[in-house]
Amino acid sequence: MLSRVADSLYWMSRYLERAENTVRQLDVTMSLMLDTGGASDEMRWNRLMTALGKPPGLEWNGDLDALARSMIFDSLNRASITYCVNAARDNARQVREEISTEQWQRLNRLYHQMHSPHVQTQFRSNINDALASVLDGIHLFKGVSDTTMIHGQGWQFIRLGRYLERAYSTATLLEVYHLDLFHREQDHSGYQYLELVGLLRCCTSFEAYCQVYTADLSPDRILEFLLLNRDFPHAIRYSVDRVRDSIESIQRTGGRRPPEELTAGIGRLHAMLGYTTIGEIVAGNTAEFLHNIREQSMLIHELIYRYYVHYSIQSALTI
Amino acid sequence: MSAGHPTELETLFGDYPLDHAYDEMREAGGELRPHYRALAEALAKLPPDELQRRKQSADLSFLTQGITFTVYGRDEGTERIFPYDLLPRLITGEEWERIERGLTQRIAALNLFLRDIYSDAKILNDRVVPRELIYSCKHYRRQMRGLQVPRNVYISVVGSDLLRLNTGEFVVLEDNLRVPSGVSYMLTNRRVMKRTFPQLFHSYGVRPIEHYPQLLLATLRSLAPEGRPEPNIVLLTPGVFNSAYFEHTYLARQMGVDLVEGRDLVTHDNVVYMRTTDGLKRVDVIYRRVDDDFSDPLIFRSDSALGCAGLFNAYRAGNVTVTNAFGTGLADDKAVYAYVPKIIRYYLGEDAILPNVETYLLTGEKERQHVLANLDKLVVKAVGESGGYGMLIGPQSTARQREEFARQIEANPRNYIAQPTLDFSRAPCLIGNQLEPRHVDLRPYILFGDKVNIVPGGLTRVALEKGSLVVNSSQGGGSKDTWVLE
Repeated sequence: MLSRVADSLYWMSRYLERAENTVRQLDVTMSLMLDTGGASDEMRWNRLMTALGKPPGLEWNGDLDALARSMIFDSLNRASITYCVNAARDNARQVREEISTEQWQRLNRLYHQMHSPHVQTQFRSNINDALASVLDGIHLFKGVSDTTMIHGQGWQFIRLGRYLERAYSTATLLEVYHLDLFHREQDHSGYQYLELVGLLRCCTSFEAYCQVYTADLSPDRILEFLLLNRDFPHAIRYSVDRVRDSIESIQRTGGRRPPEELTAGIGRLHAMLGYTTIGEIVAGNTAEFLHNIREQSMLIHELIYRYYVHYSIQSALTI
Repeated sequence: MSAGHPTELETLFGDYPLDHAYDEMREAGGELRPHYRALAEALAKLPPDELQRRKQSADLSFLTQGITFTVYGRDEGTERIFPYDLLPRLITGEEWERIERGLTQRIAALNLFLRDIYSDAKILNDRVVPRELIYSCKHYRRQMRGLQVPRNVYISVVGSDLLRLNTGEFVVLEDNLRVPSGVSYMLTNRRVMKRTFPQLFHSYGVRPIEHYPQLLLATLRSLAPEGRPEPNIVLLTPGVFNSAYFEHTYLARQMGVDLVEGRDLVTHDNVVYMRTTDGLKRVDVIYRRVDDDFSDPLIFRSDSALGCAGLFNAYRAGNVTVTNAFGTGLADDKAVYAYVPKIIRYYLGEDAILPNVETYLLTGEKERQHVLANLDKLVVKAVGESGGYGMLIGPQSTARQREEFARQIEANPRNYIAQPTLDFSRAPCLIGNQLEPRHVDLRPYILFGDKVNIVPGGLTRVALEKGSLVVNSSQGGGSKDTWVLE
């Protein structure tokens, strides 16, 4: 497959994952703000911004409505949902012949939805519905991607984009919450409970968590669930396992010798999550552990690009 | 048409005007041409709003399939569907046979002409075509001199525009020897048409065209460099902002070849490679949809980012086939066009089967004065343009436009030609709920590899504005399916 095509499919998928993540975190933050106790709006907004990588131009100014609006619609702000959807569609448009008609139509519809005057009105009347319909669009796209596309290299690059983004953003989220929430004394006011549910909902994992641990929320278990669960799709370990599967599949179908650095890089992260207990993580430096996950995801991204997309001609000729 | 109580046919036609222009469906007296009778009767039998319903369903089908072209001039370039007329244009087997022979002859001669011009230039030495005409052509590529092209085929993908005059005879208006487009509309029109009028289609015995992508692939494969039995064939597109991008993706998908952009290609030791996730993969044949000028910044326009640096040298070395060859625009220059009948006679010793439209070159003093005096009756065209740009239609022009063109002609007579305003044929189109005649042309698609191949039919383009003579999609034209009958 052409490197440019792989690049576009990867970013199409990565941007949509980012949009989905942003929608959920924004939704959760705004609903947490309805409960005025526990923490200030400013603190919650700042936490959201830190989890999204501190995008410029969205610093707290007291006007939540305007901030949320630019978070959703400001197509010039790289953190906005519209920007991510636009970027995903731009990437899809450039590989129109590689993706299925169903995929294209879903994504196109989502794009037009973000740009229709209707959605602005919907936003004013009920922001939760508006965000939910965006999420629906993204879910539909993922569904048809899995059911209408050959599960070849192109599909694997789509999965790489999705799961690397997910691992990275979930690690960032946990890092932010870890500083904020996990060091506090247990409090029974109910606000901490709300915050913890919020964290789980940011990863669509509240119900899944309850199935595994019951509704007894404790920071350590949440951390264990979102970090180390091997069966839950939004857990970091699950995402890293999928990244590993996709890279193995790409290497199997390609004719080149598997790049050792990449195999080692992904293996290291996989082992780190597979052979560490939550006890060790909590007893050690948790923040560093989370930070390490992020760094390694970035490294894997760079290695993928170095081997599959931006390789030098000289290196390709000598292989 | 019978007198008295209006028949279903008469209702459908309403006041369908006939005049001196050839009508594809009706003879001068108003009777239906025999091959159109079944179509007209089938349409007349449909309930009144059924045609509209089918039209809407066809439109929707185009939109959801994303069969669009890009219109420039807005911020982002908007995507529109190519307007489509529901009624097929019919061509009898006999008429087609003549068109096919005529085009085969013409393409063979033009190819020999290109080969001659870029090697010994005998035709210039024999003074059949004036030397200054060739060397002043902006599409002449000095770099192609003495270069051996695979199988001596310069033009392997051609679309020539035909018109039918009021005598009923087809003439060639122009040849498109660079990067002709529109073939995807021909193919998708047919697909939609088969769904819209299945029984009618079946009863007519229409010759198939759906194998065009396969023929194109076979043509490209036949031109692969020697020693490359399993050639890697790619389609080179300028990218997503090109107005024909849909067609590029469509053809690549239908042929099962990679759609590449210039930035996907690299050259090393005069071999072209594409960057894949599996390393560099050698490219053997490039079906090029990028103009000469933008193909290789080292040889042609240095500011182009659409091509691939080093492509031309790889081509010159015979390591990659690029088709159409570079410099073929020379032979579709509108002034060279005037010489095509002579070119056919010179190389093949035959008379042209499909005649030319009478054309005035403006470099001669006498002809130029005649044209300048009659600008209001003639059509003036810039020789190197296409797509309906750079054109003056005398009878529909204002005095100011004519003055402007007169000034430009005086300044650069080589850059213009003039032709009589042609009353070319009209075919019935569905306008509202009635049939009305609109001007149509015909662009058959010719492939030339091992031999000349023409799928029966082509793209019939329609000037959807009443009375308009301009069929180009960039200027508000539409298209309809073309049925060549057994």
